Amino acid sequence: MHIDPNKMVTVKIDGIPVTVPSGTTIMEAAKKIGIKIPSLCHHPDLTVRAFCRVCVVEDTWSRRLKTACNNIVDECGDIFTNTEGIRRARRTILELLLANHPQDCLHCERNRKCELQTLAEEFGIRKNAFDPVYRPVPKDLSNPAMVRDMSKCIRCGRCVDACQAVQGVNAIGYAGRSTGFKITTAFEKPLSESPCVYCGQCIAACPVGALYEKDDTQKVWDALSNKDLHVVVQTAPAVRVAIGEEFGMEKGAIATGKMVAALRRLGFDKVFDTNFSADLTIVEEGNELFSRLKSGKNLPMITSCSPGWVNYVEKNYPDLLDHVSSCKSPQQMFGAVAKTYYADKMEIPREKMFVVSIMPCVAKKYEAQRPEMNSSGYQDVDVVLTTRELAKMIRLAGIQFGALPEEEFDSPLGLASGAGAIFGTSGGVMEAAVRTVYEIVTGKEPQSLDFNELRGHEGIKEASLDLDGTTVKVAVANGLSNAKILMDKVRAGEADYQFIEIMCCPGGCVGGGGQPFRTTAAIRSNRMTGLYKVDKDSKIRQSHKNPEILALYDEFLGEPNGHLAHELLHTHYTDRSH
Amino acid sequence: MANQFEMQITKILDEQGRDQQKLLSILLDIQKASGKNYISEEAAEIVSREMGIPLVKLYDILTFYAMLETKPRGRFLIEVCNNAPCYVSKSDRIAQFLRQELGINFGQTTADGLFTLQYMPCVGACDIGPVIKIGDRVYGNLTEEKIRKILSDLTNNLEG
Amino acid sequence: MPKTMSVLTARCGRIRPDSVKEYVATGGFEAFRKALAMEPMEIINEVMDAKLLGRGGASYPAGKKWKQLYEIPTFPKYIVCNADEGEPGTFKDKVLLEKDPLLVIEGMLIAGYVFDSHDGYIYIRGEYREIQRIFQAAIANAESAGFLGDNICGTDFSFRVHIVSGAGAYICGENSGLLNSIEAKTGRPRVKPPHLAEVGLFSMPTLVNNVESFAGIPVILSMGGKQFLELGSENSGGTKLICLSGNVNNRGTYEIPMHGVTLRDIIYDPELGGGIPDGKELKFFHLGGQSGPIGFPHQLDTVYSHDALKKVGLSVGSGAVVVLDESVCIIDYLKKVADFFIHESCGKCVPCREGNRQIRLILQKFSDGVATMQDFERLERLSLTMAMASSCGLGQAATTALDSCLIHAREEFIAHINGVCPVCFNSRKNGDTYAY
Repeated sequence: MHIDPNKMVTVKIDGIPVTVPSGTTIMEAAKKIGIKIPSLCHHPDLTVRAFCRVCVVEDTWSRRLKTACNNIVDECGDIFTNTEGIRRARRTILELLLANHPQDCLHCERNRKCELQTLAEEFGIRKNAFDPVYRPVPKDLSNPAMVRDMSKCIRCGRCVDACQAVQGVNAIGYAGRSTGFKITTAFEKPLSESPCVYCGQCIAACPVGALYEKDDTQKVWDALSNKDLHVVVQTAPAVRVAIGEEFGMEKGAIATGKMVAALRRLGFDKVFDTNFSADLTIVEEGNELFSRLKSGKNLPMITSCSPGWVNYVEKNYPDLLDHVSSCKSPQQMFGAVAKTYYADKMEIPREKMFVVSIMPCVAKKYEAQRPEMNSSGYQDVDVVLTTRELAKMIRLAGIQFGALPEEEFDSPLGLASGAGAIFGTSGGVMEAAVRTVYEIVTGKEPQSLDFNELRGHEGIKEASLDLDGTTVKVAVANGLSNAKILMDKVRAGEADYQFIEIMCCPGGCVGGGGQPFRTTAAIRSNRMTGLYKVDKDSKIRQSHKNPEILALYDEFLGEPNGHLAHELLHTHYTDRSH
Repeated sequence: MANQFEMQITKILDEQGRDQQKLLSILLDIQKASGKNYISEEAAEIVSREMGIPLVKLYDILTFYAMLETKPRGRFLIEVCNNAPCYVSKSDRIAQFLRQELGINFGQTTADGLFTLQYMPCVGACDIGPVIKIGDRVYGNLTEEKIRKILSDLTNNLEG
Repeated sequence: MPKTMSVLTARCGRIRPDSVKEYVATGGFEAFRKALAMEPMEIINEVMDAKLLGRGGASYPAGKKWKQLYEIPTFPKYIVCNADEGEPGTFKDKVLLEKDPLLVIEGMLIAGYVFDSHDGYIYIRGEYREIQRIFQAAIANAESAGFLGDNICGTDFSFRVHIVSGAGAYICGENSGLLNSIEAKTGRPRVKPPHLAEVGLFSMPTLVNNVESFAGIPVILSMGGKQFLELGSENSGGTKLICLSGNVNNRGTYEIPMHGVTLRDIIYDPELGGGIPDGKELKFFHLGGQSGPIGFPHQLDTVYSHDALKKVGLSVGSGAVVVLDESVCIIDYLKKVADFFIHESCGKCVPCREGNRQIRLILQKFSDGVATMQDFERLERLSLTMAMASSCGLGQAATTALDSCLIHAREEFIAHINGVCPVCFNSRKNGDTYAY
């Protein structure tokens, strides 16, 4: 079958003619005429596996049913998507799956957000024709970031595709066959003994309650009701363009003001912004880059904000750890500054400080618990919640998110530049850094603050930036399989870049593992647009011009990359290739 | 000891070549050389490294193919065909007799580590069923007497 | 008219299997020499004239497959021989591999010449480790004799055959599973499309044929396609290797012409099965392996050919003929079939993974005398869903045997519902010892 995407093909679906490019799947073609074909294993961003068979349809050319997710209209006669035969087949398949599934929806992490549950409801399954064959297996609770509950797994393979094809991490895969077919780590080890980097892309891919972040909301409730504690919260850039989705707002809608209002209503003593510490990161990292460019040592320098990426480089490229910026991530810089500078300034005993982060990320939970992340003498960030967990707290508190007024962040750790905001998208850290480094190197303002060559979805972006005569070659990668391509070049000495930005998740933090479920490339794109709008609308768009940052250096830190800055804002890495 | 085992695996890899299409053949040879009819985690790690196959994908292969096993088994693997043609030739009686003779159930290994009893799918010897396979060799038209002889030959050869 | 013939098996047992000298002395490689003087399309036309239907089980026309691959302009192309013979009750490829490997090699070689391919792979199941050694010796000897390797027979055509071992997975007999297995992946079937002719081994266009199909190629070229067709029936040429097992006196492999030999001949003729032992009655027979249909005595006078069997709802499949006498309970037998598929399903698609085990559970209810008519209906529903919605041939065919019985042996299911199966009663006394 020769597929020429320039050629158009017309097929009839349920009697309605539809014209689509050659090679279009039945599922895509059906969507064009407003028919959503049900599926469990299909995900628009992942490879087609056709495991679940729920999307079967009939066509006049075939004796058997065809799966709509992978079969192309070129090879179909007239297609029917809703006959009694199809409904019966789909129903039988669902009942077979349910016979091997715990019936505890009420207690499930994904209750009301589960794709299997939704289908069971749509098909009106009240009683299963088949006998239960479900056997529980123990949960994997081996790490601080996420839970694997394989009792719930429906073996759709979405997580495996995310882990292997998208991220190239190869922590989990398939094993066994027939009724023993399952998804597991090599030799059934706990995740903590696997190559897992806790990026959480498997969680984002999972249609049911088999994978989820460790729920830390109770710890935050406890802190909030403890009168002895001063509880502050920081919110990562990518959360504000995603949290609204949990409450019916448009995909990528900017919900900063309502989010701040919600956090205040939850009872946080201060609501701060990780964008602030992103600015701080840029000042530190920009100066670090400047000195590396001068000395020519450890180039290319590679960013270190993404904790999944840091886990990955420690496990897979221990020989390249010197290339990774010694700067802590914005989350950890915030924690260190909040429990020192802020606590001292407000005369709050450091041990009474409780720092909560709201992150689009699962790996941040692991990062916060790294033993080296206690520069204040205490764990700098006490609890990390994902965007989804914050939404849970807001719902539990009965806060009507849509009805909230827009409120402002608190001072002195709440003011941020537009550069801090774009940290949440692939290419954003690079762009933010360049806006500042340009001035460090040249002493002049860049002509334009928009570096469009660094923006967009591509897995790897390259650019040569002209810093008023000095050319700096940079590369940006998102998704770890793209990171791997760059790192292999660096390792082989074939990379002539001076600066590389790497974000673990596809699209950067907007596509983080802690973001609302059912994220797709299109939704990530909306969130990106949101962040660039936040940047564009900001009065200050360069990190080093943030007055609260200037005050922080002036009142407390001294010089960028100075002694105290090093103690609080920089870290070191460990070879974890075992 | 560990080194010697590693050398043995390297030797198998060198002999067969590290071509992808040799993987199953290599794994079968490693399994045979293990003396316990299995591929240990250590062995898998060596193959993963040497052949550039992520360990989790290798584990998939080890658990997918019925002839491969990741847990130690007996020195001799006694496999009884229980597919329909052999079943019709009363393979269940042979299975029952082997159980009695070895004092173990299917899936178990004798205390001396010599024999593991397993079922296997059809080996294409239905014309001489019921059949068992020990190592690469298939024994057919089995009777209780024949089985006794096969078992004692295996044990005797070991002592000799 | 003779009921058996020696066309494909002409040399079997008469020459040393790995001896090129003896092979050539008995006409070996003459077909290949003939091919060298022909245009590839002429060779394909002979295969089309021969109406050779694939011998692996699916009976897809080999000529059509060859023509489709020939028309794809992408290179390199690969030739793959499927020697993962795993259908229970099937041992005919084994005979060819063991006793005349050079015939199979010659078939692959001719295919290599037709498609201008330089590499052939033969995937031999792991359980045939001994045969792999014989085959390796045959390849080595063919290489020394100049029939494999570079510049074969003084031409600029080069072709090599590589042996790949399986390791115990029936599903690798499915062609895309087999290709995955060669590529050091798990042998779970691929998602199709793309089709293997276009995106096959190492993502290149690939021909996959069964051992017996390849063995037929030199025969077709030697005698001519039309002559080969004469050996069979209207739409299906050639002889067929069949494997007799079960409750039959003369178990073994036989080569028969595919016309004029009935199922009754196969089971009862002294030249073939020679009847049922101990004077027992025939109860049913299972054709083409576990994935094939089950036949009953009223179908015995059907001629064993693709055309005639199809008319009565039966099929040739792999060529297996398992004979079952009156002492076998159909439910017990179907449980064996279900157990086989539970063991061999790759597990990735839901109808096959979950369906087979549900079938097994329901059949057990029949054995235990606790089934109801609802269970019978559940079997029908599962069988239909699996056949219609499973991903590959394994799941689609896993209930073929069950289906035959739901149609033709309904009364035996009813007898179990009513708790009156005399066979079961007897066998339970002996103890049903089965378990995986």
